[in-house]
Amino acid sequence: MTVNVLLFASYADVLGTNQFELELDSGATAGDVLGHVQSMPGARRLPQNPLLAVNERYARRDKVLEAGDAVAIIPPVAGG
Amino acid sequence: MRSALVDRPIDLNALVAEVARTANGATLLFVGTVRDVNNGRLITGMDYTAYASMAERELADIVNEAAVKFETNDIVVEHRIGTLALGDASVAIAVAHPHRAPAYDASRYVIEQLKQRVPIWKLEHYTDGTREWVGAHTRARGSGSRQAGLDDQAIVAPPTEMRR
Repeated sequence: MTVNVLLFASYADVLGTNQFELELDSGATAGDVLGHVQSMPGARRLPQNPLLAVNERYARRDKVLEAGDAVAIIPPVAGG
Repeated sequence: MRSALVDRPIDLNALVAEVARTANGATLLFVGTVRDVNNGRLITGMDYTAYASMAERELADIVNEAAVKFETNDIVVEHRIGTLALGDASVAIAVAHPHRAPAYDASRYVIEQLKQRVPIWKLEHYTDGTREWVGAHTRARGSGSRQAGLDDQAIVAPPTEMRR
């Protein structure tokens, strides 16, 4: 199945993209997406414990994904 | 109730007018502005970016929660996105209530939750020409899993449990 991965702020800058499609086995979790992103070149410099969101809602790492889900990596937020 | 991300200057007077009603004895306006120093480094400006669709949803959720918790529908929040100069308003929260105590509580709830939950980031521009995402080096500074900008104890802490 394919999911849509969204990157922001430091993650988008360091990894050089803000969005890409990722092919995963069925049963894959949000945490699997994070694992993939954190294995990309340069990722070791990034905040290592970001939150995750699936389809615009915060989600735990063990959340099982479905085809077409939008999985966002949310580094420490700084609004206000 | 209303909440929005905006890419233009926030009209503070308009927010106050939007919540003012004769049933309310207290009207509060909180304004967050771009400060000239952070962690000892001099700042010249700031870029705010957001996961816009999620940020607007989270903001709306927070305003709804505050409305239920503090019993007023007269709450309006705007957060500005884009490049801001020193002193510019980045966020404004207008709350009105028949009584002042719940008005203060509702205003505080909205800003504390916003800082913790709403997916907005800021890139600080320093006087030496460098730029840095706020919170991007929290581990290096030894502040562990705390979210950037959250200087006070949180009212509730949903993100922490999400980290498991």
